[in-house]
Amino acid sequence: MTIASVITPSPISELRTSVEKRSGQNILECYQCGKCSAGCPTAYAMDLTPRQLMRGIQLGLKDEVLGSTTIWLCLSCQICSARCPRQIDIARVLESLRILAIAEKSKPAEKDVLLFHRIFLGLIPRYGRAHELSLGVLYNLLSKHFLANVALLPKMLTKGKLTILPPRVKGASEVKKLFAKVRAVEKQ
Amino acid sequence: MARIGVFICHCGTNIAGTVNIAEVLEAAKQMPNVAFVDDNKYSCSEPGQASIRDAIVANRLDRVVIGSCSPRMHENTFRRTVASAGLNPYLLEIANLREHCSWVHGDGKETTDKAIELVRKAVNKATHYEALFPKQIGLTKRALVIGGGIAGIQAALDIANSGYEVVLVEREPSIGGRMAQLDKTFPTLDCSACILAPKMVDVGQHPNITLLTYSEVQKVTGYVGNFEVEILQKAKKVDHKTCTGCGTCWQKCPEKVPSEFEVEMGERTAIYIPFAQAVPPKPVIDVDNCRYTKYLRFVEEGKEGKKPPQCRICERLCPTGAIDWEQQDQVITERVGAIVVAIGYQTFDPSAYGEYGGGRYPDVVTGLELERLMCASGPTEGEVVRPSDGAHPKTVVFASCVGSRDDRMGRSYCSKVCCMYMAKHAIMLKEHDPEVQCYIFYIDIRAGGKDFEEFARRAQEEAGAIYLRGRISKIYEDGKKLIVCGEDSLMGRPVEIAADLVVLATGMVPSDGAAELARTLNISYDSNNFLIEAHVKLRPVETQTDGIFLAGACIGPRDIPESVAQGSAAAAKLATLFSQDTLITDPLTAVVDAAWCVGCFLCQEVCPFNAIDSLVTDTRTVAVVNEGLCKGCGLCVADCRGGAIKLRGFSDQQLLAEVSALWR
Amino acid sequence: MTPRVYAYYPGCTLHSTAKEYDVSARLVCQSLGIELRELKDWTCCGASSAHSTSDLLSIALPARELQAAEEMGLPLAVACAMCFSRLKFAIHELNDQATLGLVSDIIGGELRNTIEVVHLLKVLEEEKEDLPLKRPLTGLKVACYYGCLLVRPRDILDFDDEENPQIMDHLIEALGAQSIDWGFKTECCGASLPLTRKDIVLTLSHRILHQAKQLGADCLAVACPMCHSNLDTTQREIEAKYKDGVGLPILYFTQLVGLAMGFSPKQLLLNKHLTDPLPMLKEKELA
Repeated sequence: MTIASVITPSPISELRTSVEKRSGQNILECYQCGKCSAGCPTAYAMDLTPRQLMRGIQLGLKDEVLGSTTIWLCLSCQICSARCPRQIDIARVLESLRILAIAEKSKPAEKDVLLFHRIFLGLIPRYGRAHELSLGVLYNLLSKHFLANVALLPKMLTKGKLTILPPRVKGASEVKKLFAKVRAVEKQ
Repeated sequence: MARIGVFICHCGTNIAGTVNIAEVLEAAKQMPNVAFVDDNKYSCSEPGQASIRDAIVANRLDRVVIGSCSPRMHENTFRRTVASAGLNPYLLEIANLREHCSWVHGDGKETTDKAIELVRKAVNKATHYEALFPKQIGLTKRALVIGGGIAGIQAALDIANSGYEVVLVEREPSIGGRMAQLDKTFPTLDCSACILAPKMVDVGQHPNITLLTYSEVQKVTGYVGNFEVEILQKAKKVDHKTCTGCGTCWQKCPEKVPSEFEVEMGERTAIYIPFAQAVPPKPVIDVDNCRYTKYLRFVEEGKEGKKPPQCRICERLCPTGAIDWEQQDQVITERVGAIVVAIGYQTFDPSAYGEYGGGRYPDVVTGLELERLMCASGPTEGEVVRPSDGAHPKTVVFASCVGSRDDRMGRSYCSKVCCMYMAKHAIMLKEHDPEVQCYIFYIDIRAGGKDFEEFARRAQEEAGAIYLRGRISKIYEDGKKLIVCGEDSLMGRPVEIAADLVVLATGMVPSDGAAELARTLNISYDSNNFLIEAHVKLRPVETQTDGIFLAGACIGPRDIPESVAQGSAAAAKLATLFSQDTLITDPLTAVVDAAWCVGCFLCQEVCPFNAIDSLVTDTRTVAVVNEGLCKGCGLCVADCRGGAIKLRGFSDQQLLAEVSALWR
Repeated sequence: MTPRVYAYYPGCTLHSTAKEYDVSARLVCQSLGIELRELKDWTCCGASSAHSTSDLLSIALPARELQAAEEMGLPLAVACAMCFSRLKFAIHELNDQATLGLVSDIIGGELRNTIEVVHLLKVLEEEKEDLPLKRPLTGLKVACYYGCLLVRPRDILDFDDEENPQIMDHLIEALGAQSIDWGFKTECCGASLPLTRKDIVLTLSHRILHQAKQLGADCLAVACPMCHSNLDTTQREIEAKYKDGVGLPILYFTQLVGLAMGFSPKQLLLNKHLTDPLPMLKEKELA
């Protein structure tokens, strides 16, 4: 009889094998010193600190790890990797987890963050470059946070910080092809 | 014709488990020159050895082949067995049927076949063996101890008390090492200088000890029992024979420089003793900073501009006229029979950690700097104050493993003593100021020694130190405070503390110059520059070089009782060496046939042990092997173009006999 | 002899929210005889969204710009710190022949991965001895804020020290201003989270601004449009949330160089910032 919050460790797990392969890092080298969490700017807002996340991978806790807010609140600021005394590229591990979570279609604990990325990447092949106004409008609509950042809008517009019309770049069509090719390769 | 006895050992099931002993015995019976075969369950045991001995005598055997474990295990044992039967111990050959056969192959015919081949090879070689006789060499019963810290002091005292003369060489102006810089020692909280000083005085006064301070070992030649050591004695510019140590000179010297002893938290003068209890209690002049010597250099180099002051106040005030500007560096040569290396450690330089300020923040100090602050004879007379503004810190944060357990810094090892000294600091700080609150960021608490665990508990329970499990990521200045960013991994939350003082528990690293000294002595050192012992478990104070011993933190991180024990251990090993009047050399050395030697000395170039000397005969100069130094590596044999060098125990005839055994 | 002609990759924001960075950079470079030839038809580097979701995409998108620079045969100067980071990462990954082959296929055409990528900060810092200063920024205390993307990871970016970088500080001091020594030079401002987790951006940006203010800085100097946006546009919200009216203007380092070289605030588009720098500059008699 298993109790949900009681851990049954799986030291050899699909999660760890998968992450180690994608990131090229040896997860077992982590000795849980906590320096990564101590330096992480968003650790205060995460459910699992980066160190706890590494522990989760060591113990094979797939659901906790892929379902954490940690992987989506990571800013890739690289402070963890820069200071880790075992020289583990933790930022790369987090990156691999994000990609793994998407591949496994895990429900993201910070769905707005993933949504943002998807919208951004939807605009690039269309326009070739980012367009903040489109990005903001689409985000507000699709996330249902209709009034997010609306208060800033007037000032941004009057100061000419936002271009109303999206950019027209010839390279956009090439970028579209690029995206398609990448998707094709990844499907394999 | 030889009469060879072949003895195959079962080694329990280690050999017998995969090798068919009976088949090997049968095959051995057929081998040329074999007069007797037998097997044994455990040849190295008393009954085993007795049976071999009896067989040698009963069967008039003149050569012995033993099929057993590696010669590295029991060659010496079996040599003694053979000798006890009245046979020359070098008429023995061992076939390694264990490490080279049964342990590396599976059960089967091929394994047994291989065992037979190995025995055949050994039999062929043994057929051509000659009796060999070790030589005796004399030894000088004087010792050299390099390093005057607690390990070296203990070694020197024990050797001297055993009745032998000791030369103790120390590169600082005084002995005492790191221990002299400590305030209190864990776990007893003894005053470090108080327990050290009596031993230092004993060294200074011991009739058998010649103390050479401000000196360094420059060159070592020779071999066990017969070392020749060149020692550079740096010019002190003070005649220690006339100096009485009254102190007038250093009290009046106007030139102040940062004191190395005070880890640059305090000052000393240009003419100085490093600390009050220095031994010898007589000063040296730091010629880089002394005003007069700077003036002399200025004049000598013919520089332009305003002449610096001549000073010479010490000379004027010295009541015995002990200042001697003419004194020069001197190189002396000492002949000793054995050397103890006890060069100790220094602390890791934390400025490599940019995230801790990179050395920019005055209120981020190292463990050793805190010792000096706490010490009543230190730069602040025992007042623990912030270096920046002299205020008493109320919140002190400790960071463990600074420069230890850190691949990024190239120091993966644990420095062993830091957990204990942080606990000590927490207890001492509370004694200094009952209102202080200490926070210790740790990864593990390593408290393995006697009374250590109880001591660590005392830090928490009595001194109220809060232990937070997690490495610190960053320290930054915020006004007068230092903000420390860590994680409490037990609560799983980031932690921030506004500290008045941060103490970095810096690890132990080898002393500067350790690698160079190791090369001078031709002893091994590892990738961290710690010196390597002959066997980590069983020979912790010896090196692979006969006659050179190790003691203390130069081997690796350890605390005072361990260093003291090793000092005594090295002294005991040395005394064992000196208890003999002559030394027996290993006869398995190279030997030059002078008739064939053309004197090209290629052998001398390739010898790693400097064991080839030149011998002037009446016709020419030829090479000759110093059998005390020769290790029998064979490089000279391989390189000699004329084939004039032979390696005893590995002659061409013997080796070719092995080849022909295998090439049937 | 340092090259004076560069291929130039502004990055998406320099044509919109960070236009002032682009304009001031061009003004200053032109004045110094440094030619910036904008890549024709450049596209987005992928920013954080590409590398958060797809390894291959995160290399392929910047590879396109590397190819364009290769065709021009010029070293590539980059303004945006994110673009700089992504380009450097791409160069690193493309050192692997298999990856180079795969990505060349995807973007089409030839890709040799031979181009040198340099950030505008380095380009201008190299000029610091020869800057024609018409209006030295005497009395101005600047907190140089590098952000994360310029300095980490050191071995891939090869830009400056990770914990206490100095390149921007040296440049600022060459302008006659005083750069303060502070511990937040490389702490993250909140990066790409302003739309999704504004609260985090406010927390992190507030810490940075508060610290700079405490140490007496008159303004921050930045080299990244994301950092600029997070630190400049949020100050009203920060004041509301933390009751801390920091009021610190955030200036691009190119604007500071431009000011010292005698360009007007209007030319440097200082009026575009949400946190107005003009009152502070006027008080310091620098505008």
